[in-house]
Formats: sequence, structure tokens, C-alpha cells
Amino acid sequence: MRYLPKSPADREALLRAIGARSIDDLFASIPPEYKLNRNLKVPRQMAESEIVDWFRERSRENGDGYATFLGAGAYHHYRPVIIDSLISRGEFLTAYTPYQAEISQGTLQSTFEFQTMICELTGMEVANASMYDGSTAAAEAVMMAVRLTGRRSVAVARSLHPEYREVLATYGRHQQMPMTPVGFAENCRVDMKALEQAITAETACVLIQSPNFFGTIEGVAAVADLVHKQGALLVVSIAEAVSLGIVEPPRQADIIAMEAQSFGVPLGFGGPYCGVIATREQFVRQMPGRLAGQTTDRNGKRGFVLTLATREQHIRREKATSNICTNQALVALMVNIFMTIYGKVGLRELAKQNLAKTAYAAQQFSKHAQVLFGDAPRFNEFVVQTSESPQAINSRILGHKIVGGLPLKKFYPELGNAALWCCTEMTTRTAIDTAVGLVAESEGSARPGAETDVEEVTR
Amino acid sequence: MKHITRKATRHVNQNEGLIFEKSSPGKAAWKLPPLDVPEVDTAQLLGSFERKNLGNLPEVSEIEIIRHFTRLSTWNYAIDLGMYPLGSCTMKYNPRVNEVVSRFDGLANAHPYQPEKISQGALRIIRTLSECLIEITGMDAITLQPAAGAHGEMTGLLLVRAYQQSKGHPRKRILIPDSAHGTNPATAAMVGYAVENLKSNAQGMVDVGALAAQMNEDVAALMLTNPNTLGVFEQDIHKIADIMHAKGGLLYMDGANMNALVGKVRPGDFGVDLMHLNLHKTFSTPHGGGGPGSGPVAVKKMLEPFLPAPVLMTKADGTLGFDYDRPQSVGRVRAFYGNFGMFVRALAYTLANGPEGLRQTTEDAVLNANYIRKGLEGAYDLPYSTPSMHEVVFSDKIQAKKGVRTMDIAKRLIDYGFHPYTTAFPLIVSGALMIEPTESESKEEMDLFIEAMRFIAEEVEEDPQMVLSAPHSTRVSRLDEVAAARKPVLRWKPS
Amino acid sequence: MPYPSEFKYTKEHEWIKADGKAATIGITNYAQESLGDIVFVDLPKPGSEVTVGKTFGSVESVKAVSDLFAPASGTVAEVNAELATAPEKINQDAHSAWMVKIALKDANELNSLMSAADYEKFVAEEGGH
Repeated sequence: MRYLPKSPADREALLRAIGARSIDDLFASIPPEYKLNRNLKVPRQMAESEIVDWFRERSRENGDGYATFLGAGAYHHYRPVIIDSLISRGEFLTAYTPYQAEISQGTLQSTFEFQTMICELTGMEVANASMYDGSTAAAEAVMMAVRLTGRRSVAVARSLHPEYREVLATYGRHQQMPMTPVGFAENCRVDMKALEQAITAETACVLIQSPNFFGTIEGVAAVADLVHKQGALLVVSIAEAVSLGIVEPPRQADIIAMEAQSFGVPLGFGGPYCGVIATREQFVRQMPGRLAGQTTDRNGKRGFVLTLATREQHIRREKATSNICTNQALVALMVNIFMTIYGKVGLRELAKQNLAKTAYAAQQFSKHAQVLFGDAPRFNEFVVQTSESPQAINSRILGHKIVGGLPLKKFYPELGNAALWCCTEMTTRTAIDTAVGLVAESEGSARPGAETDVEEVTR
Repeated sequence: MKHITRKATRHVNQNEGLIFEKSSPGKAAWKLPPLDVPEVDTAQLLGSFERKNLGNLPEVSEIEIIRHFTRLSTWNYAIDLGMYPLGSCTMKYNPRVNEVVSRFDGLANAHPYQPEKISQGALRIIRTLSECLIEITGMDAITLQPAAGAHGEMTGLLLVRAYQQSKGHPRKRILIPDSAHGTNPATAAMVGYAVENLKSNAQGMVDVGALAAQMNEDVAALMLTNPNTLGVFEQDIHKIADIMHAKGGLLYMDGANMNALVGKVRPGDFGVDLMHLNLHKTFSTPHGGGGPGSGPVAVKKMLEPFLPAPVLMTKADGTLGFDYDRPQSVGRVRAFYGNFGMFVRALAYTLANGPEGLRQTTEDAVLNANYIRKGLEGAYDLPYSTPSMHEVVFSDKIQAKKGVRTMDIAKRLIDYGFHPYTTAFPLIVSGALMIEPTESESKEEMDLFIEAMRFIAEEVEEDPQMVLSAPHSTRVSRLDEVAAARKPVLRWKPS
Repeated sequence: MPYPSEFKYTKEHEWIKADGKAATIGITNYAQESLGDIVFVDLPKPGSEVTVGKTFGSVESVKAVSDLFAPASGTVAEVNAELATAPEKINQDAHSAWMVKIALKDANELNSLMSAADYEKFVAEEGGH
């Protein structure tokens, strides 16, 4: 087998050195009744060219060249080519966790830079070196708030990504963390009256998402006031990282749980992605996940190490802040390089393009269908309500190589025939116009009032 | 050094500061195409929500970024450079075809919510990998959702709880051997179980008598690593499984050490009810500096109804799809379906091997560990004489007499061109040196490693200070971890 | 190093100095030596209750965490604020770097603790393992 660096002569030499007659001697400790005496029933060994062909076929079956309007926690952004050039270097790709700092300074320094940039973007004081993804980061952030406050109950906005809420429920189920859902108002933002009622003296934290699942930016300051008045903590989940280029970060949050996939991580059918937790310095000892810290060596030279390890599983065991061991280092490196490429000016321009494409699309859709929640500012997602079911619409437009917005009925039945549409800098005007045209086929011609909408949205 | 190492030598190596130290207004590495839709007035659209300033994010050019990260990369050790003898990490070769196929457009750009009609390729990958892993483990069903080993353990314990609950009573405790990896007890606590320690016997294996005494109707499961963290196969595994099952308990296996078993024996055959796998260990997906991983959980039939939703199914028309109608499911453990990118890589590895390749891989892994054990016997103390499988654990007992501990030896090994082995774990061995070469090491590489370790043992006798103050040849010498923990500096700040 | 005779000692290496109804608690020199460089001390707030034999906080070195066990029951009156910014004071002089001062619930609890002489013997035996 071509990955194995041994000739039959080598194997013989090793066996002789060990004093074993055959390899079977070395497996003698396995009880004979369990020894597998047949080949595993897995596909036969393939040549490299066959492997490439096999996956190329799968890739074709997955459809190439579709224009997509899907967002909902996974975003299609352009990935600058040097991300892969750099992360493919063997010293990054095949390196281990940087426990031995002297020979891992590459990983540690880039992690330190990552932590720094996440702080700058989120307005928080410390950030960790990544969690599995945005959904588990949110769950871990909530558990962190529970530890910090000593309270157990959690209020969760319904406008938080439905799958994030499912994950939270799974995590919280056996840790005595009762959860209260908080509905959204007519503009799809958190219902402040409902929120006020949901917060009690037992509330550890309130969890909201901004921009929320519908793409609308929450009034974080007002929510924070309400939350803090009761001595609870505010956890804000951010699913679309690019929003941070043009939207003020939720600076009043106590903990931010982010998904950084938008920053150069491929959509990849759902993973691996890159969660991050960022928070205030005073909370750092309760924050899960790895942390790279700056220090000096014996000669006073600057270097970096993993630090505050006593929070982690390998030391605290059952008292650890979390059980997390592996992080998302390679993906975090992609994020790091992306943030470095776009930087201070580029991220803002990128976000502006997202805003522009979405504003145009929303305006065009509104001529033929109902674009909901227009009263509050949004980033790059919006909800379109149609008379035809979104599933039928999507079926129709799929034939034109367009993937339509996410039907929302299964998550929010009260919204009826609604779908969540997303536009990024990758969405072309042609795709938008085509999609709108196809949707219009079932919705009839321009609706009254559409002209005024146009006036307001564009300048 | 008195000994000349044949493995590594020094070379001019580039310095590089923090990227922020290179930043200068007006430099750029990005360019966006012109907008094909009307420009927007952000102030008008966003009002008070408009962000005016991105603070201290850098502004640098493309070549500076290339040089920055390339220089940084040269400061790392990596599998591509040489052996990692880290125990239980299974630092094997990360095949490059895995990287190529995972980047095919239809797979890399697939949105998780895209219609099933244009996701058949991805779903077929999930199905094929699932079938392979089920066959390899000897189980009946599997979930690929967990993002890593610890995540898989949590999922596994959720399944345990759901199963026990369905039998009337979730029970209160999980038994965990004192040799276990730290994620095991941390996970049990997260699922609302109390942890009860199971002492190892004098051979470092599960004390079957103690297990029998501690097993009762309050214990939901035993979390076992097999081979254990000493690299030893639990020979009494049938007794262990019987004791658990007799009182309605489940046997959970931590699959971190599967590299000793694939193709030779199947956990499902020796009584394991559920287990997690580490695709980033046994199945060659890259460690990438600490992740991403992937921790599928394979289960026996009776646990299948409780698996996280959604579950892959074949629809009436023969196409693949996700089944969300799973009333007994423990719920989701993450959004979407799992680390799909790692599924692609693990499957490519499995296809590259085939049945013979997988078996040969396991045999070579065990052969290599035993060769190293033989090569180091005498120079280092071997606390347990039980046969080793894919990893071997020595202790620093001999060297400790000269005041030299495992961590010091590990640091000195760096000067010889190797990454250290696992120090100070498992906890049941004081001053442990845990070594797992994997099948990816040639005789040459292992001979260099054995030579280096023997040289160090001699140095401990003749010149312990050389070892105590190691490493000597790295860019940075030993770093002040105490200062880093007392006064953490976790981000760069502009002066 | 001599162990102060006016202290009493626990098997988990805490010391306690009674002063009428109040007592001062810290960890012994043996403890700080075993721990190595201390980086962080987690102590209870004033007003909280501590129970004899139960944990009341923890002390961390870079690679390990050790629980602190209360030598006696009582209410926390004062916490040594210096340790928040300079935990190394424990390494420098463990017997004067006190951690908490408590109002004793039952001074008799101290009777079952070790004297300085007993503790020295205990430590000598433990160190010989």
C-alpha cells in the first residue's frame, strides 16, 4: 500500500528485531474468538486516478454552476486563492496542536493574530482560538453565562437560527437549564415586552442573534439595558461574519458567539466551519476553548504559548469549562488569512457590496411579492412571502440553475409561504433579475405601491 | 551536543513580526469587481447601526501576506517533516489526494440547505462512508454529526441516557477508568452524569473484580478505551461487557486507539454497544494545527432510534435524502450535518486502502510500536510488561534519579529533530513517555528516533544539565508559561 | 522549613490559625512546593459559608488545579486581595500569604487537626513515597 513506507524486507527485519515469528504474534492479545478472519467488506483498493474519478462523479451529481440565494447560517462568499496556497503548506496542514510551543510558533502566532482581529471586529476584549461552529459556540456561551452568574435559566430569541436553538436544547437538557423562548415583534426583532416578562431573577442570560435569522439587525443596546437591569448577561450570536464590516458590532454584549465561516471557509455541505467566542476580559477564566498568549522565552524573546490551560479537559477533567479538545485550527487559519487580505478597508467594501446586492434584490422582489420586515435595517438576507409555495417556486427555478431561498414554514409556520433569500457579493444582477422574473410568473404583475418602494430604497 | 544527530541540522530561518506591525494605510491585498447593482447609501440604510471604523485590522499587500504566513509556517514542526511519536494522537500521513477531491467545486461549494435533488453526490459520500465505518466497527448504525472526538463522546453519552431513560430510568453514574483521556469525565459531567473512577489493576488494565463490585443499577455505562491508553488490549473484554450487560449497563468505547484494531478485530464483535471514532486520527484527516476533527458515533441497533436527527435514508424513488421524522432522537448536536469536508477525506483514505490496505496499515502500526519498544527497552523504564499494540508507555523513573523528568527529555528530543512524545499522560503512570509512531514511519525514521532517545538517555547520565535546559536549537527557548498564565496577554494592542 | 507551632494542619495541606472566634486559613509550604509556580487562586466571596472538609476554592499552577479543603466551618469575613494580582506570594511565603479569614462556627473542630509536629511527620512520610 503506497502510503506505507516499508518493504517486505523491512517488515522481516523489524519482526526479527522484536523476536516475533510473524505479525500474528503481535496480535496474540486479541482473544481468538474475536479475530477477524475475513476481509472487511469495504470497496476494493482504488488507484489514485480512480479515487479522483469517483469523487469527480459525486461532485457532478451535486450540481455545478448554480446561482444560489441560500444563506441561513452558511454564506457563499469569494475565497481569495492565497488562502488555500498558504493553508496547504504541510507545516500548517499536517502540524499538531501547539502544545510544544518551541516548535509550533507558526500556529501560535497566527492564532494570536486571529484572536486580536476577532476582538477588533467584535468590540470584545478577548477571543478564543475557535470552537467547532456557530451553533455549538452559542451553546457553550450560554453554559459560560450560567457558570458566571450562578443562575440557571436562559431566555432564547425565536429569531435565533432554528438549528442553533435545537443544539442549545440538546446541550441544556441534562444540565438543569430551563429555556424560555422569546417571540419576535412585527418587524421580526425581539419582542421587548415578551423579553421583559421572560427575564427573572433566575435568568443567567438572554441569547439573541444579530443580524438575526431573518437578516434583520437587532436593537442590541435596548435589549442589553433590559438584560443587565436584571443582573443577567447578554449573549449575542453572529452567523454572518461579513456583517461586521458595515454593521456596528454588539458592543453591549457580554459574550459574543460567532460563526466565522463567511471569512474564507468553503460552504462544504455544512462543515467544517469556524465558531468563536469573544467576551470581556473579566470573564476569560470561564471561557472554553484554547487561548494563545504572548510571553517571553529565557532570552527575553517574544513568543506565544497556549495558556490558561487549567480551564480545559486535560487538566480539570470533570470540572472543566467544557469537554472541548480539538478546535478548528486550520479553518481558523483560513479565517485569519481572509481577515488579513481584506483588512480594515476591504471588509467594509465587501460588506457594502453585500448590502447593495441585497437592497436591490429586495426592492425587485417587492414589486411582485411581499418582502417582510421592511421596517428595521437588514444586512444581506430578507424574507419573501409569496402566494405560490416556496417549494414549488424553488422546483421551478432549479431548472434554470438557480437555487432559491430557504422555505421557512417548517421553522416558522405562522409565516406561511415565506422563504429566506440571501445575496452576497457573489450574486449577480442577472441571477437576481432572472429569479425575480421567475417568481413573478406565479405572483402576477407589479403590485400597487411598488413604485414608491423603489423611490425609498435607491438613491 | 556531544552526539551528532543525523536527523536535523540548523539553517537560517526567517524572522517575522505580527501582521499588525506591517500594516500601513493604503496598502491592500484585495480588489472587488465593480457593482452591477445600484450603489447604496449605507448611512441611509443602516442609520445608527452603520459601522464607521474597523479599528486596528491590518492593511497589507498580497506578497506581505504570503511572506508572513510562509515564514510562520517554517517555524512549525509537521508530519510532512518527520515523525510525531505522540501517543493516542495517531499522527499518520495526511494524503494529498484527500485535499484535491474535497476541493471539487460541486462538493466544496455545496450549501447544506440546497435541494436534495442536487445533493446526491454529497449524500452518496455520507452513505458510503457510513457503510464503511459501520463495517469497520462491527456496529449497526452511525451518526456523522459530531465535530470531534469529545463532541462524539457527548453524543454517545446522550444516547446512553436516552436509551436508559427508555428502559425506565436514566441512572446516575458513568464508570471511567483512571487511565482515561480527560475528555471522558468532562463529557460525562456535561450530560448530567456523575463520574465514578475505576481503578486499574497492576497491569494497567481494567480491574474486573473492581468493576463487578462497582457495577450496579445506578451505573448507566462504562467508558472504555481499547486498547487502553497504555496501548494494551483489554483481554477480559468479554467479561467486562458481560458484567455491564448483566445489570443493564452499556459499554461505550472511546475509539481513539482504533489504529490498532482496523481490519483485525471489530469492537461491535467484542461487546461494545456504542463508540466514537476520530477521523482526524485513524482516518488520516489532517490535524491542521489543532483541528478540525470529526467524531462519528457508531451504535448497535437498539440505540439507532435515538441518533441525532436528521438521519440519512433511501427514499422510495431510490434517491438519498434526510429523514427528520425521528421522534426519539436525542436532538441535534450541531447545525447542519457534520464536518463533511472530513468525510470526503476519510472516505478517500478508505478507498485508497481497500480491505487489504486497511489491515496492512494496522499491522504496520503495531509492528512499528513494538519495534520502538524493543529499541528503547533498557534505556527507559517500562512500567507494564503487558504486550503493546500500536503505542507503548515508558516512564522517566531511571532518569528521575538524576533529576531529569519526562518533559525535559521531550524538550531535548526537539534538538534531535523530532516532535516530543506525549508527556505526563496517562495519569496512572508517573512521568509517562507515551509513544505511538503509526504505520507512516519507515524503519529509517524509527531508527533515527531510537538513536536520538538513546543518546538522550546517555546525556542524562553524563550531562543532565544539557537535557534540563533543552531545547537549545529552536527559534525560541523554553517559554515562560507562568507569566503567560498569571498575566495573560491574549491579543496585540497598538502602542 | 519549620511549620509554625501556632497553626493547625489538615491532611490536604491547609493550615489554620485560630484567634478566639476568628481564624485565618492558607496552604502550607509543602503544598506550594508541590504545586510549583502558582498562577491563580480562586477564593470565595466574603459572606459565603465554608464547611469543614469540603472544597472552598482552588489554586492553579500552569499545568494543574488543586482544590482547597476547609479545615473548619464558618463564614468568610475577609479575602486576601493581594493574591488576585500576585498569587506568587504563596510561593514566596506560604505561611504568611493567608487566603481567607473566617468567623468560626465551632472552634472545637480544630481539635481533630494535626499539630505542627504531627504535620511535619506526615509530610516526611508522604514525601518518601
